[in-house]
Amino acid sequence: MSTTALRAEGVIARLGNAEILHGITLSIAAGRWTSMVGPNGAGKSTLVKVLAGLLPHSGEVSLLGTPLSRLTGRARALQMAWLGQNEASADDLTVFDVAMLGRLPHQAWLAAPSAADHQAVEQALRATQAWGWRERALGQLSGGERQRVLLARALAVQAQVLLMDEPLANLDAPHQADWLAIVRDLVAQGKTVVSVLHEVSMALQADEMVVMEKGRVTHQGASSDARTHQALVAAFEGRISILPLSNQWVALPKL
Amino acid sequence: MNQRRVQWLGLVLLLFAAALGVLGAGVGSTGFDSVQNAVSDPIAWQIVWDIRLPRTLGAWVAGALLGLAGAVAQGLFRNPLADPYLLGSASGAALGVALFLVLFGVSPLATEWLVRLGLTGGAFAGAVLGVVLTLVLAKGVQHTLRLLLAGVIVGVVLGAAKELIMLARPDFLQSMQAFMLGSTAYVGWFSCWVMLLAWLACMAAAWTLAPALDGLSLGEFTAASLGLPLERLRAALVVVLALATGTAVAQTGLIAFVGLAAPHLVRSVVKTSHGRLIWLSSLMGGALLLAADILARWVIAPQELPVGVLTAVLGGSYLLWLMHRRAAGSRTP
Repeated sequence: MSTTALRAEGVIARLGNAEILHGITLSIAAGRWTSMVGPNGAGKSTLVKVLAGLLPHSGEVSLLGTPLSRLTGRARALQMAWLGQNEASADDLTVFDVAMLGRLPHQAWLAAPSAADHQAVEQALRATQAWGWRERALGQLSGGERQRVLLARALAVQAQVLLMDEPLANLDAPHQADWLAIVRDLVAQGKTVVSVLHEVSMALQADEMVVMEKGRVTHQGASSDARTHQALVAAFEGRISILPLSNQWVALPKL
Repeated sequence: MNQRRVQWLGLVLLLFAAALGVLGAGVGSTGFDSVQNAVSDPIAWQIVWDIRLPRTLGAWVAGALLGLAGAVAQGLFRNPLADPYLLGSASGAALGVALFLVLFGVSPLATEWLVRLGLTGGAFAGAVLGVVLTLVLAKGVQHTLRLLLAGVIVGVVLGAAKELIMLARPDFLQSMQAFMLGSTAYVGWFSCWVMLLAWLACMAAAWTLAPALDGLSLGEFTAASLGLPLERLRAALVVVLALATGTAVAQTGLIAFVGLAAPHLVRSVVKTSHGRLIWLSSLMGGALLLAADILARWVIAPQELPVGVLTAVLGGSYLLWLMHRRAAGSRTP
């Protein structure tokens, strides 16, 4: 019986004058991997940012039973890590320095990194196979290599809940598989992973799916459930097919 | 290896500044003779101790303040083109100086400590006003183009207001114009101490805030997700930026491009975190302005060029070269 890692109740979010999320209520199970899927403009990225406490909203979001509004920034950061899309501009920082930023919530202001910090950073960089570049500047890396370093930064937080917005951007197929292995390992350790993925086939590897359309959640359920597949096809206006292939589900565009 | 490069660059910049300092004590109409005779000849002593040394040290500290302000501005606005001049803080500081001069009827060349402190306060308030106006007009720091446009607009408007205010005191007009062109000729020991104090305070504050700048370089959302109190940190960084710029402008007038060029030059040698970048940019700014000041004193000796004009010409050329190199880099397949 799983408990709830994140809970949203009646969440409404706006960007400028436009209402993007129209009263969303959902629960994300702890110790599971949940994927958010939907067509472009469905509000997936906005919802995951609201869950991470990064966007103003009305309604309430709770993290492991505590409303976000009652948590300090640091307390929230210790329990929940975030990996955004196309955000980094830290070209001059070394890979090691970038990963070490993930340890900021653990460190007293201006305190030197502890042995535990160094260990967490090394572990995270090794997990994403970025340890070999630790002395290089982020700006010297390719898009995919950069993404692996940013994933290491999020892993280095060692938070109980990890939220990721399009974490597979720029990753080639073998490194997408590596990412999948990392996520499964995190879940095996009892951690909660929430990801926004535009590649439906990858999203179908998750334990749970949240299907979104036009700022609303239209379905939430197990990824292998036929009703989830129906909701997915409906969200994409019937323009995808979900098929079994080698013991897994894949989504293909209808040509 | 990176750490060693940082240390080497810091050492080289310090040694370069020390060598320039010796040169600065010797450059002038009476040359090194004054230095050699300083112990025995009271006039030579006065030339070296009261005129050349404070302006030499003053040039270094003013440059160090501008280099620091540039590194903070570029980190705070996540924009490599950010510079005290392009964000309205220098124009705001100049307006503050002009307002103080006109309101209290003092000359910009006055050396009384109360006047120098008052000028620094006026420049600080003006610099805060300039940055805040730029931020309000740009609606935050997200859009580079909007931010730079806002900075240019604020710079032009505050610059025009300053000119208008200066017209109110025709008797001071010439000295104010000479001062605003940027010069270290009027820097005395008190100005040096004011700048040194401000530099120490700004360095300590900027170093304390450096982890926040590193966090911000990963993007707004990531920085917030790390639990950084962004609003408070930004406000503190704006104060550091305004204090560094305002203090330099109040003592030496408008000296362009040092703040822009110093962090770029450091980054071209070593890639490092903001804590070290701020230190190195400050040392680089000091060395740059000191070198420019000596050049300005020497190039048409016994006359001298306003150092602000020289840095504008050299810095402008450097910026053009930088843009050309970037454009060429982006065309390379």
